[in-house]
Amino acid sequence: MTGKPWKGRIVIVGASLAGLRAAETLRDEGFTGPLTLVGEEPHLPYDRPPLSKQVLLGRTRATEIGLPRRRDVDARWKLGVRAGAIDPIEKKVILADGELLPFDRLLIATGTRARPWPDPVEARLDGVLTLRTSDDAAQLAERLDAGPRRVLVIGAGFTGSEIASACRERGLEVTVAERGPSPLVGALGGALGAFAAKLQRAHGVDLRCGVTVTSLKGRDGRLTGAEFSDGSRIEADVAVVALGAVRNTEWLAGSGLAAGPRGVACDAGCRAFNMYGIVTDDVFVAGDVARFPHPLFEYQMLALEHWGNAVAQAEVAAHNMVSTGPHRRPHLAVPAFWSSQFGLNIKSIGVPTFSDHVVIAQGSLRERRLVAVYGYRGRITAAVTVNRAKWLEHYQYLIETAAPFPPESGAADRPDSAASVPSDVPDPQLLSHGPTVALTGHLPDRRLTLVRHEPTPTAAHRR
Amino acid sequence: MSPETLYQRITDYANRANPYPLYAELRENGVTRQADGSYLVGTYHEIAALLHDPRISSDSRNRADPSTVPMFRRNSQQAFIGLDDPEHDRLRRIAMRPFGPPHSPGRIDALRADITRISDGLIDEFRDKDRIDVVEDFAYPLPVTVICRLLGVPHEDMPQLRAWTNAVIAGVDVTPGKDEESRQRAGQDARAAMGEYMGDLSDKRRENPSDDMLSALVHDSGPDGRLTRAELMATGTLLLIAGHETTVNLITNGALTFLRFPDAYRLLRDKPELMPRAVEELLRYEPPVHLLPQRTPLADVEISDVTVPKGAPLILVLAAGNRDPLRFDDPDHFDPTREDNQHFGFGSGVHNCFGAPLARVEAQIALNALVPRLEDFQLSEDPPPYRRSPILRGPRHLPIERVG
Ligand SMILES: Cc1cc2nc3c(=O)[nH]c(=O)nc-3n(C[C@H](O)[C@H](O)[C@H](O)COP(=O)(O)OP(=O)(O)OC[C@H]3O[C@@H](n4cnc5c(N)ncnc54)[C@H](O)[C@@H]3O)c2cc1C
Ligand code: HEM
Repeated sequence: MTGKPWKGRIVIVGASLAGLRAAETLRDEGFTGPLTLVGEEPHLPYDRPPLSKQVLLGRTRATEIGLPRRRDVDARWKLGVRAGAIDPIEKKVILADGELLPFDRLLIATGTRARPWPDPVEARLDGVLTLRTSDDAAQLAERLDAGPRRVLVIGAGFTGSEIASACRERGLEVTVAERGPSPLVGALGGALGAFAAKLQRAHGVDLRCGVTVTSLKGRDGRLTGAEFSDGSRIEADVAVVALGAVRNTEWLAGSGLAAGPRGVACDAGCRAFNMYGIVTDDVFVAGDVARFPHPLFEYQMLALEHWGNAVAQAEVAAHNMVSTGPHRRPHLAVPAFWSSQFGLNIKSIGVPTFSDHVVIAQGSLRERRLVAVYGYRGRITAAVTVNRAKWLEHYQYLIETAAPFPPESGAADRPDSAASVPSDVPDPQLLSHGPTVALTGHLPDRRLTLVRHEPTPTAAHRR
Repeated sequence: MSPETLYQRITDYANRANPYPLYAELRENGVTRQADGSYLVGTYHEIAALLHDPRISSDSRNRADPSTVPMFRRNSQQAFIGLDDPEHDRLRRIAMRPFGPPHSPGRIDALRADITRISDGLIDEFRDKDRIDVVEDFAYPLPVTVICRLLGVPHEDMPQLRAWTNAVIAGVDVTPGKDEESRQRAGQDARAAMGEYMGDLSDKRRENPSDDMLSALVHDSGPDGRLTRAELMATGTLLLIAGHETTVNLITNGALTFLRFPDAYRLLRDKPELMPRAVEELLRYEPPVHLLPQRTPLADVEISDVTVPKGAPLILVLAAGNRDPLRFDDPDHFDPTREDNQHFGFGSGVHNCFGAPLARVEAQIALNALVPRLEDFQLSEDPPPYRRSPILRGPRHLPIERVG
């Protein structure tokens, strides 16, 4: 750390990837003061990506995915307890068990949860599941072990597609329902979406796009099947609702922070904005719950559901929490994401949805090995590789330097200069799956009612 | 500008022991065209960009001037180090199946015990000697034995393989000279002989499989199918040569560097757990592979305001990039605890070293075994005599002697 070590109390709410990495970084930076981590889940921090991959394939158990520790964090862990609110004046976190945790600096790392099935009665049917936590994954894995006759996956984003892939790898019949025109279209656009659709069908997925599930059917409290908007029906013993994520911000309703369904807005240094767009200096944000301005994407506020972003942002937030003015760093990492499904390794760098055109710059859809490069108004903004991850670094460089789109031709594995096509990024409203990258506009957040903190900090802002 | 081009001076044997001042000059000059039309790059970020650029070919048959294509490239099946995607990718994937994760995650770990035993055995043999040649007595026999064990090459064939390997390496030596033609021819003959040898050996393994990598290569079949016999010959030869020549240099450079810097030596003697990081620093500070002479742009490629024309020989001086002050703090300082050390010791990009996990394990074990033995030793000559090649640069011998 630079300068004198900062002294004070730090509370981190959300004891998962971002929370843990922030805690470790704080200690690395020489912070020796009291540190408390609050987590709603009873488990120590664990890794989520395996939940829809190795765990569902039965290769790893949901209890065996604890995050490796980089170092000892010497913290007090309050696990199995939800933070219910913040008192921004007294600077306290109010826990659901009544405890008050005073803080000098707070990190909000509460991430997201699975969007539930909208009909609460149907959602309670035995066999209707979501997938976000290790408990969810353990349950789903158990259901898959039992050999259901058919699994219905609602929503074909990354999580839904990975679940479908695991089912097929286990030889289970699976139907995937997606309201949009193809799987993954919300994250990768039309060209790769169409590719993903072909891929799923080639692997025996009963893929139904352009339809919605209108109701889940049950008998004696057990799921028996589903009905679609086109009038068709299927029978299924398990339905996984993969409709995207909801940001865990409700507990911040009375905090006066710019927190809402799109996340908690913060600046490039991870400092939270309050609802007036004024940056705070004692509340920081990192991980899936954050939305932050990114200079490579015209300072739009990005909300990323990316493992790598949670780590990088947590590190920057932690550093800035114990550093002063000029020693603070911006979080500028280029967004990156990976997924494995249907035998393919898909990686993304940049923001594919921040694009108007896309070109297959290397390889081809036919070989199932390719690099798709995305451009926005003539500059490169993203690249997606399929079984070609080693080329990513090159495209990262092109994104960082805002290199012209389309990329120069001449790649060894793409001798003819390929034509670029519209990237066809649909309006997220039209999809079943949420995009894992959301462009959330330029403002900290919509300003709503004016909240006055005197005499009591109870007034909630509404949206 | 001196009458000789920088490239001629770098490849000049007189500068083998210490090419680093020339590398500094190279970085200073930026991307530079040499009198022979080739382009030389020695700065870190530019090398990184070129190694990751899909328009830069590893197949020198793409050169505009056919006379710059080495003889062995003009015919016969190429090994994947000299091919581009998608061919390179396919062959490398097939070769990786029996070597590393995800299909063979245990292969290298299984060699650990062997490596330790071989290196302890070699050290035992010179326990009582007062004069040692680190190369002949230790750094050479270890990786050769390991690569032969990995591939399943019989021990008794090693001398023959050594002779072939020397000829192949002399053949790719880029030092211009009178004997270039005959060296290239001898190299090509040796390569052909080695290929035949590997082909015959694979035939034997096809009939009598054993637990080695070659047997796995001829028997296992993944989604990409199997290698043809010609591909097997080229791949086997590549693995055999790439799999030991460089490791010899790394181990030797380790002994040399530790004896040159007593502080670093004492640190590693007292804290063997630092060895993995020290090996990374060796790969940066004294890399076994100094330059990659075979790259060729497939289109006009602009790099730091210079356009390297399509088809021009492009030479990436990895060892110069490793000492670029714009990338590494105090780059001429050997710091075995250095952090953030993304060196080019194993190259970078799609052709990055296939055998790096094995090379790391070998060097770590070997140097940790060797360090306690160096206690009372000093270099007999500094600098030691170097091998000819400016590409695979390293001492030919490293004589050391007991002090007092
Ligand atoms: C099934 C699955 C597969 C994934 N696969 C990939 C992948 O392949 N690649 C990739 O890049 N990313 C992947 N991700 C995304 C990645 O896991 C997330 O980006 C990452 O977990 C974000 O970490 P986080 O700490 O910000 O949030 P989370 O991991 O969501 O953690 C937030 C924590 O805060 C807790 N919490 C919430 N509210 C409160 C409260 N009020 N009080 C106390 N605690 C609270 C929650 O219980 C949770 O434990 C995947 C995610 C899932 C679910
Ligand atoms: C210290 C030891 C080693 C060093 C310094 C080293 C260095 C390198 C370098 C720099 C390259 C890149 C070549 C290029 O880009 O053109 C490379 C490639 C390669 N190395 Fe190594 N290597 C070492 C050990 C090994 C071992 C032990 C093996 C085999 C088991 C091996 C097999 C290969 C192969 C097959 C390639 C070609 C990869 C490709 O083209 O995709 N190397 N190595």
